[in-house]
Amino acid sequence: MDREVLTLSGLRAKLAENPRFLYEYIEFIYDVIDAIEGKVKAFITLRGKDDVLREADRVVDKLIEGRAGRLAGALLAVKDNIVTKGLRTTCASKILSDFIPPYNATVVERILREDAIIIGKTNMDEFAMGSTTENSAFFPTRNPWDLSRVPGGSSGGSAAAVSALEATAALGTDTGGSVRAPAAFTATVGLKPTYGLVSRYGLIAYASSMDQVGPIGRTVTDVSIILDVISGRDVKDATSAHSRGGYCEAAVEPFKVLHPKLRVAVIEELVVEGVEKPVKHSFLRTLRKLESNGIEVVWLSMPISRYSLPAYYIIAMAEASSNLARYDGIRYGFHESVEGRSWYEVYTNVRTRGFGKEVKRRILLGSFVLSAGYYDEYYLRASKVRKIVRDSLLAILREHDAVISPTMPVLPPKLGERIADPLKLYAIDINTVLANLAGVPAISIPSDIVNDLPVAVQLIGNEFDEVSLVALARVVEGIINLAPLVPPLVRRYV
Amino acid sequence: MYSGFKVMIGLEVHAQITSLKTKLFCSCPSNYREKAPNTNVCPVCLGLPGSLPVLNKKAIEEAVKVALALNSTPNKVLIFTRKHYFYPDLPKNYQISQYDGVGSAPLAKGGYIVISPTRGVEKVVRIRRINVEEDPGRIVYPYGSISASPYSLIDYNRSGIALLEIVTEPDLESPREARCFILKLLSILEHLGVTDPKLEGAVRVDANVSVGGGERVEIKNIGSPKDVEKALAYEIARQLSIIRSGGKVIRETRHWDKSKGVTIAGRAKELEEDYRYFPDPDLPAIPIDKSLIDKLLSELPELPDERVNRLIQKYGLTRYVASVIVTSGKDLADFFEEVVRQCGSPQLVSSILVNELLRWVDELNVDLREGIKRLNKDRLCKIISYYNNNLINIKLLKNYIKEVIVNNAEPEALVRQGYVTIRDYRVLEAVIDEVIRENPKAVSDALKNPKVINYLVGQVMLKTKCRADPRITNELIVRRLRSLGNVS
Repeated sequence: MDREVLTLSGLRAKLAENPRFLYEYIEFIYDVIDAIEGKVKAFITLRGKDDVLREADRVVDKLIEGRAGRLAGALLAVKDNIVTKGLRTTCASKILSDFIPPYNATVVERILREDAIIIGKTNMDEFAMGSTTENSAFFPTRNPWDLSRVPGGSSGGSAAAVSALEATAALGTDTGGSVRAPAAFTATVGLKPTYGLVSRYGLIAYASSMDQVGPIGRTVTDVSIILDVISGRDVKDATSAHSRGGYCEAAVEPFKVLHPKLRVAVIEELVVEGVEKPVKHSFLRTLRKLESNGIEVVWLSMPISRYSLPAYYIIAMAEASSNLARYDGIRYGFHESVEGRSWYEVYTNVRTRGFGKEVKRRILLGSFVLSAGYYDEYYLRASKVRKIVRDSLLAILREHDAVISPTMPVLPPKLGERIADPLKLYAIDINTVLANLAGVPAISIPSDIVNDLPVAVQLIGNEFDEVSLVALARVVEGIINLAPLVPPLVRRYV
Repeated sequence: MYSGFKVMIGLEVHAQITSLKTKLFCSCPSNYREKAPNTNVCPVCLGLPGSLPVLNKKAIEEAVKVALALNSTPNKVLIFTRKHYFYPDLPKNYQISQYDGVGSAPLAKGGYIVISPTRGVEKVVRIRRINVEEDPGRIVYPYGSISASPYSLIDYNRSGIALLEIVTEPDLESPREARCFILKLLSILEHLGVTDPKLEGAVRVDANVSVGGGERVEIKNIGSPKDVEKALAYEIARQLSIIRSGGKVIRETRHWDKSKGVTIAGRAKELEEDYRYFPDPDLPAIPIDKSLIDKLLSELPELPDERVNRLIQKYGLTRYVASVIVTSGKDLADFFEEVVRQCGSPQLVSSILVNELLRWVDELNVDLREGIKRLNKDRLCKIISYYNNNLINIKLLKNYIKEVIVNNAEPEALVRQGYVTIRDYRVLEAVIDEVIRENPKAVSDALKNPKVINYLVGQVMLKTKCRADPRITNELIVRRLRSLGNVS
């Protein structure tokens, strides 16, 4: 397949010329899937090619008639914690293993309205709790760049599918870095929008005050196109906000929205502590490239950032313990025989057998930090840290166009390497949780290949200013000049 | 005081905001009654994965109106808090409610209601707080009760209905005061147009009661003011007998078994349940502006206290009668004013409503609204006009009211059946002859003591089924006695 059409923007251009190319494209995607999905295991539920081809007929007709939507022909992979009407949605949990939602998430409605085709539902850490996709109740997903390594998480299936050419682009969700981490580990672009920019209606809640749906694509422009479609106020989500729009234009012509004297901040705490040497060296090389292209790099300190990880985990676990209370097997999902048992016993059995270990750990810790007597000491304190983090970050962003950091402090770990020790696993979220605590947008873009493994930088932008963020990200992407990257596993297809 | 022991009662009244068209956090209709089970539901009120609550804005206005009417102070922002407990009728296993604690706040704090438990006595009952919350679903026991049913069913049609929780300080000191408080509160809610207390299940009460400074016992889920009075009376007697026999009342939750008239032990409450309250991240805090409060204040309708005063001034009613009419429900007060507007006689009408209508409704155990429907304006005005035209006497009037309410009789039909006052001298004299013949002892007594005449009048009444005109009867008896001997 021609490299040009691997991106969403390239595919759109090609389909505009030749609508019937869509059939060829679908055949190509399924060829790749047939060849490598058994190894990568990005999908929990993959739609059949015939179904997809039937749906393509309608899209091709619309393309021919010139009334196709902005995502016409895109084969999008959707993370399995976003509900899809009539299409099984599991959250990678046994407790929802047979759940077929009776309604669509707002983001799903929006991509379908723009004629995207959903190719399948992607693997993830159970209830989005994890950074490696090893916590799936079904199977781990593997990194297409090195099958012995994790793809990152929790949106690991979505990122792996995009990286391995099994989908045009994908929707992930990001509560503490779950879009950006797998994007970084798979050399894709992942965007976590400002809290509220994208509706959460139909996103199965993990930590409601931080969850956001975000696009994963091969380029900054691709994720911007999807952001244009999914963002904006939704009456079904009281925390959603209006969207300015114009993200795609900003990515295509970044200097129309950016001023010429760009200045990015480096928070030294995010680079000094716990960052693996190869990642750190690569990051410093990237900074030098930016400087030599006229971007000013300012080093500064944000002492509160050392408390951001514990604050994040306390708040996330507290909200998770509440959000996951509803899974009792009574109305939907995994159930146990009720014969001769009290409702309490049934609940206990369902939750004991239906939830995985990490989910139980977070429910227990979350219940603890909300319990009487500990609420003030943990939850309230964490909320105070959160406020300070937000204020500090917003103060930095008033003086700088973005904060730049390595997205992940480590190279993609081997399967099983981090999962054994939860604290070591939680530690790799150190750079991503800041944006979720503060509610601001952040984007991860591939910056290097080190030891044949992807390395990425993260840009954190000002709230509701995704226009400037994607424009800056496009400039940085241009300077780095790597995208789009294709892992060796599928190089023979392009 | 009960045999020297002080009784302390605090109430938690749950009243649905029945004036809303939709549920509190979704667009399902608020009228869930008489629908097939689990048909009045959506992803939000079923708590399906991914669904989110969106506040019904009208609910804030309704709740703030209640706060203002109860002299309570609304919080500056509306904050919803999750209250966690596992129970099958609660689809999310947490209830979106409100809480008085760090980071959370009830809709309103403070306030009071003045009640008049006995004639001439007024008592201030303080309100602690008012919450807005969602109603859970309903557990249905297919064979009537928990014990008789091998399984239970859940109907989520009610899940998500807007509910007010009004909590008092423990200021109430008797079951009667508790009943008076609830009646007054319901009358206020009705006058505001927020709650229709006549709808089945629209109002449920939890009552906390302690005797002699002992542990408090909570009686859950009582359905009517009358049952609150009964349940508390039973519970106080139960606690007193424990104390008298040297025992100690334990802190627990009990349930009111209406059919048996007893409270039954529920779960013991040794530990305070940990509800793990925290502000609901799905519902941003909403400011309750001064401008909204001012607007709602200016739009408050006439409330029960003002109405009582107006009834006193406009119709010359006593404070007691006016209070009984107003606190018995807005319907009764409206009915009173409608009838008086058409046929005057406010004293007579008020006395009929308070002494006859309320009594029969209570005795027959029918809904007051049903009583008013039977004794409607047309019928009552007819009866009053018969009375004013001397077609019926006061005793017959009372019988007419009874016939109309108990047997749904038409007043005209009663008249057609000849059930009217007998004023015909000949007819009355014939009856009097009979009475005099049958009561020689009374007659001779009456000749000495004129007070005994009343007894003879009563005998005539008995024989005529109250139809004799009392004044004429009296006159005729006196005349007959005179002809028999000397009457002073």
